[in-house]
Amino acid sequence: MDQGSNIYVTPEVDTDRFGHLHRFHGGLVLAGHHELSMVLPISNAGIPPLLVLPLQQHIGETAECLVKPGDHVYKGQLLARARGNVSAPVHASSSGTVVAVEDRPYPHPSGIDNPAIVIETDGRDEAADSGNPMIAYHQMDRSRLLERIRQSGIVGLGGAGFPTEVKLGSSTYHAIDLLVINGVECEPYISCDNLLMQERAGEILEGVRILQHILQPRDCVIAVEDHMPAAEAAMRAAVSATTDSRIEVIRVPAIYPTGGERQLIRVVTGREVPSQGLPADIGIICQNVGTAAAVYRAVIQNRPLISRIVTVTGTGVVQPRNMEVLLGTSFAFAIDACGGYTNDVDRLLMGGPMMGFAVHTDSVPVIKTSNCILAVTRTEMPPPPPALPCIRCGKCTSVCPADLLPQQLYWYARSGNLDAAQDYHLFDCIECGCCAYVCPSHIPLVQYYRHAKEEVWVQEKQKKAADIARRRHAARLERLERIQRERAARHTRKKETLAAAGNDREDPKKAAIQAALERVRRKKELADIAPQNVEGLTPEQERKIREVDARRQKQSSPGEADN
Amino acid sequence: MLAAILTLGILAALIGLLLGYAAIRFRVESDPVVERIDALLPQTQCGQCTYAGCRPYAEAIAAGEADINQCPPGGESTIQALADLLGQDPKPLNPEHGEHQEKTVVVIDEEVCIGCTLCIQACPVDAILGAPKLMHTVITGECTGCNLCIPPCPVECIAIVPVTQSIDTWVWPLPEVRSAGSPAGHPAHSTDR
Repeated sequence: MDQGSNIYVTPEVDTDRFGHLHRFHGGLVLAGHHELSMVLPISNAGIPPLLVLPLQQHIGETAECLVKPGDHVYKGQLLARARGNVSAPVHASSSGTVVAVEDRPYPHPSGIDNPAIVIETDGRDEAADSGNPMIAYHQMDRSRLLERIRQSGIVGLGGAGFPTEVKLGSSTYHAIDLLVINGVECEPYISCDNLLMQERAGEILEGVRILQHILQPRDCVIAVEDHMPAAEAAMRAAVSATTDSRIEVIRVPAIYPTGGERQLIRVVTGREVPSQGLPADIGIICQNVGTAAAVYRAVIQNRPLISRIVTVTGTGVVQPRNMEVLLGTSFAFAIDACGGYTNDVDRLLMGGPMMGFAVHTDSVPVIKTSNCILAVTRTEMPPPPPALPCIRCGKCTSVCPADLLPQQLYWYARSGNLDAAQDYHLFDCIECGCCAYVCPSHIPLVQYYRHAKEEVWVQEKQKKAADIARRRHAARLERLERIQRERAARHTRKKETLAAAGNDREDPKKAAIQAALERVRRKKELADIAPQNVEGLTPEQERKIREVDARRQKQSSPGEADN
Repeated sequence: MLAAILTLGILAALIGLLLGYAAIRFRVESDPVVERIDALLPQTQCGQCTYAGCRPYAEAIAAGEADINQCPPGGESTIQALADLLGQDPKPLNPEHGEHQEKTVVVIDEEVCIGCTLCIQACPVDAILGAPKLMHTVITGECTGCNLCIPPCPVECIAIVPVTQSIDTWVWPLPEVRSAGSPAGHPAHSTDR
């Protein structure tokens, strides 16, 4: 059971810690290491010389860039707008000049560059003209508040990065009974939510009040872990200041992964979010404390989401601490602000030790979902020993907080039997890493699940693309056939016209003859017409008539003159 | 004895008539097997299987005229899926038809293109835009990578490029098995549902 410096006990033994609360299956008691980064208060990391703002810092569609290199931007200015329903805009974290819109290193396990807006800061930190603060939010329609939250680019700051407005908007279809404010640190080492609650309880609570106004829940619970007495006291003080009896602060036992949305709901209410469903389906919405504070800033101060609290920690950092970091700041800058690396630093992770991932370079920027920058040493987090065969001990099953069968999932993921893996509820796995942590054979189980999940998505995408190609091909064949049909029809029509014209081929000649005959006939008729009004003419007039007749006679052609 | 034979005979005749009627009345117009085979094919419409497209190939497989290992773009996974569907043994891809390669798309060098429209006529999924004597371009998202546009091009301005990986298409790799003794096979059959 020796796993570095951490220890685990199955929490089955101390159910009394839950009191009137409920319990989820499995989970681990992990050594917290929170204290490492809690010695110092939250500081400001400052303005870095370069800000790299990826267009994708959230779950959903990539934002659409609105600026071009050379543009001068102000702090808080909209740089990229949300595209589609599930998306979030990106704002400038500080004033400066856009120098590039290009692919840049991005915090993702793949290490693939992602499009980003690069700003060279001018250090003046000039803010854009902000709109009106919505201080009287409780007199406002919820749709206006939701729009403000959307425009401010707020996403879940707990780590998943789901657009907050979309989550809150689901209350349109579901009546919300309970609002859960998640102040439970999900993982060891991370303490950003803890310090935020200690230092900015007022902001959080004001955010909670706004969320209450939007959602109109019957109850509201702020959940804190039992190892955060200072945060709990601060939140209790803030709650009692509001005299709102609907808000309750609840202390939950620190069992990993209580900070997971589904697990926390289970602990607080005893209810289970349906598989493939959302908490809103059972009338619950869960928001992180950081998100609540961001909502406060957006609504009351009209400040978009341009910074977040980041825990920079691990024994690979000289002075671990929590900092308010501008989005787009590089990991390297944030670590320098903490005194730099120690000599024996080994790996750099984004997120905690359980669910985080190693980044390929420290030039990746802090994005909206970066709750923790973890620099670890080899002694602190040794590289995993080689995996041994699965011995089917069943430990993974006993710790799985989603009540799955990790072993079965492992076998199916390994053999590429994705259908069977899905039958065993692969997509209910929250990738918490408990199973891999307790595995005596050191099998990197979570990586198998991640691979299987993404493989399923890729296959679905390929299937969709194939369906589109099939439709396009069918449409093309139909079009070609139609064109051919039309050509054939045109051909027949032309033939018919030609044939019809062929019947009357003699007509022009006949007509010419007819016309000539007609002319002669008319001429004869003309000659036969007797002149009128010739009675009683003067000799002068008769002479004139004779002259005209003679001239006419002379003018007519010799041929006709013969007639 | 006679009564029993008569009863069964009449019953057999009645049921036979009923089945015969049902076969005519509820006849399925298209062959559902063709649809199901077609659904498994990658729809590149490249013709490497020697048929005019994926559907003709599906029809040929259904008619027993073509083998299931003639589709290079689909590769092993398509052969496996076809084998499962048709209850045959999977076999390796027939090298006569080509090798399985990672998906590519084509791009037109717009500087060189003379606007002859020959590639537009060759594209099976209408993924090339353009007009006579005007520049052509490929709608990358619709390109299936069949490469049928390349032979007709008189100025060789069409290039094959691999699909660029993005974080949306990237897949966590399976962990490398580094242990000395690899896990003992696939014991799932012992506990399978």
